[in-house]
Amino acid sequence: MNDTTFRPRVLVTKIGLDGHDRGSRIVAAACRDAGMEVIYTPPWQSIAAVVKLSLEEDVDVIGISSLATDHLIVPRLMQALRDAGLGHITVVVGGIVPDNEERDLLDAGVREVFHPGSTMDEITARLAGYAREARAAGELSPVEPGGAR
Amino acid sequence: MNKPLAPAIVADPAADAEARWQHDYQADIGTDRPLHNVSGIPVAPLYGPADWAAYGQSEPLGYPGQPDYTRGIYATMHRGRTWTQRQLIGLGTPADYNARLRGIMARGATAVSLIPCNSVYRGFDMTSVEPELLGTCGVVVNNADHMARCLEGVDVGEISCAMNDPSPFTLLAFMLVAAERRGIDWKKISGTSNQSDYISHFVANHMFYRLALPGARRVLLDHIVWCQQNVPRWNPMSVVGQHMQQAGATPAEAMAFTLSTAVQNAEDCMRRGMDPDQFLPRFTFFFDISLSFFEEIAKFRAGRRIWARLARERLGAKDPKSWRFKFHGQTSGVDLTRQQPLNNIARVTAQAMAGIFGGLQSLHTDSYDEVFSTPSESAARIAVATQNILREEAHLTDVIDPLGGSFYVEAMTDRMEEKILAVMAEVDAAGGMFRAVESGLVQRMIGASAMRFQERIESGDQVIVGVNAYRADDDATTRPVVERPDVAAMRRHLDEFVAWKGERSPGAVDAALDGLSRAAGDEHGNVFGAVVDAARAGLTNEEICGRLRRDLGVGEPLAVV
Repeated sequence: MNDTTFRPRVLVTKIGLDGHDRGSRIVAAACRDAGMEVIYTPPWQSIAAVVKLSLEEDVDVIGISSLATDHLIVPRLMQALRDAGLGHITVVVGGIVPDNEERDLLDAGVREVFHPGSTMDEITARLAGYAREARAAGELSPVEPGGAR
Repeated sequence: MNKPLAPAIVADPAADAEARWQHDYQADIGTDRPLHNVSGIPVAPLYGPADWAAYGQSEPLGYPGQPDYTRGIYATMHRGRTWTQRQLIGLGTPADYNARLRGIMARGATAVSLIPCNSVYRGFDMTSVEPELLGTCGVVVNNADHMARCLEGVDVGEISCAMNDPSPFTLLAFMLVAAERRGIDWKKISGTSNQSDYISHFVANHMFYRLALPGARRVLLDHIVWCQQNVPRWNPMSVVGQHMQQAGATPAEAMAFTLSTAVQNAEDCMRRGMDPDQFLPRFTFFFDISLSFFEEIAKFRAGRRIWARLARERLGAKDPKSWRFKFHGQTSGVDLTRQQPLNNIARVTAQAMAGIFGGLQSLHTDSYDEVFSTPSESAARIAVATQNILREEAHLTDVIDPLGGSFYVEAMTDRMEEKILAVMAEVDAAGGMFRAVESGLVQRMIGASAMRFQERIESGDQVIVGVNAYRADDDATTRPVVERPDVAAMRRHLDEFVAWKGERSPGAVDAALDGLSRAAGDEHGNVFGAVVDAARAGLTNEEICGRLRRDLGVGEPLAVV
């Protein structure tokens, strides 16, 4: 992988029931301004739709914005990604996540939870690093049809 | 005869005094950083009579309760009746809600609210969503029986109930059916359909996409017409600026978009043949109160007098009740921080003061822990106590419009008025609010403002205590451990619902669905009347929303970055 041509591919989306999208829009714009390839969706995506889009768009990182408890179904997303053979994709969550539930997300495989007050510089720098790792992991073990790895 | 005291000060000519102040100010300040408020209006270091002249001299500041209502919509304002303390409640099952409702009523509340689960907002029943999410943001109400359980032991003819109930207003339908079963006269029922403003939802993407824009527009008008005839004390139209400001609109933009929405809805009603004095007295407004203290006060004072003029001159209303800008304010959650969360109590206090000085009629103060979850009981009590302290101990309500006549506040009210009118002119040029949101114009303006605000924070231009300045080690013990609704109780609620659905007669369900379709397909039919009939016949939230989505079109969000 050539460092100068590496462009992280990031999916910024919201799953579940809530539509507060100020954060996801700002993060998507910040990632785009930082030189990433951003795939952005409106809120209310199903988990299946996120998995499909991640595969089709060959993303390195998925950023889930959750302001109103939708983070509670992120463990389902993690399982669905593994089932689809997309376990190398790094998933981060941003928004309102209580301490005690952050632990559950990390245990489920979420790489990091960004809380209110995180700066765009912090977020984009971390995402770029995660994307690099994910891309390397993905190249080591390409996705097999049927999702087996 | 005694000599007058301090003749030197009195004798000093004003012009000379001003020049000397200018000189001393420039000499002492060094580099004077130009300041702007969030709406982009320059903020001078000092205001005097000349700054107020533009408005103040040509049209003297009037009196409360008299047009143009700059100083308040009622003669007595908060000195007479303060404001309604309306805290949001709703979590878990209907039984959970009922227990909390009775608790706050036992402590004297007469105005209540009902916040449904996000699954309800989205037009689903609990059988269609991940069980982890049920009841985590509001109460799970899927049919009239659930609503009856929510309101058990509560005389709905005696309280005022604000329900977060977007189009097609299934929650109000469930409540009316529950009231009817108990023999409560609908004419006695009062309250507000919060979130009836489909435009704000479409713009700010907040809670729902049940119906496509044209269908949502039609159902709102049916709702206004039907309520006027059947539930005359109900406020069917709450015009919402809060979503748009939370989504990033500046205070001036939020006020402008809200007033443009009100004009859109009013003109739609008039095209239906309604007289503005029939429906405008039942229009209410709902705003965000941010921490930009003087800007918010000016926003409300300016909005109030713009509305009075719009209602009278543009909409042709003759009844002063139609000119009065009645509004509910909610302190801004976006301003609260996760870092050092107890600091949020100070933020909410300042926000609440801005709303009170702005002349609000109803107030929700956020709990300091709303950056973690829906409020805990103890934090919600502090939020209510904040209002009581401001009123009873700080005496903020003793004098009407106490900041009226402040050179700064009056000048900023004028500047905000200009800014609001300029944004409204942009919306008008785009064909009115409906067209301006359909095309994404308003969404793009809000997105740009959200980005500008974020840049102000990241550059340190806007200091946020504990976030980009005055940081301190975070004390994790001040962060609440969030508890979710009891899983077993929610499971029982779900099982009972599934069993109940299975016992219904399929013929009756189909007949009720046909009734909805008939109303939707007949331009003279009233869709909301059909929703009430469907609720009475035992249809669920998802069945009603699903059928109307099929017949009136599904709303799809715009993706605007």
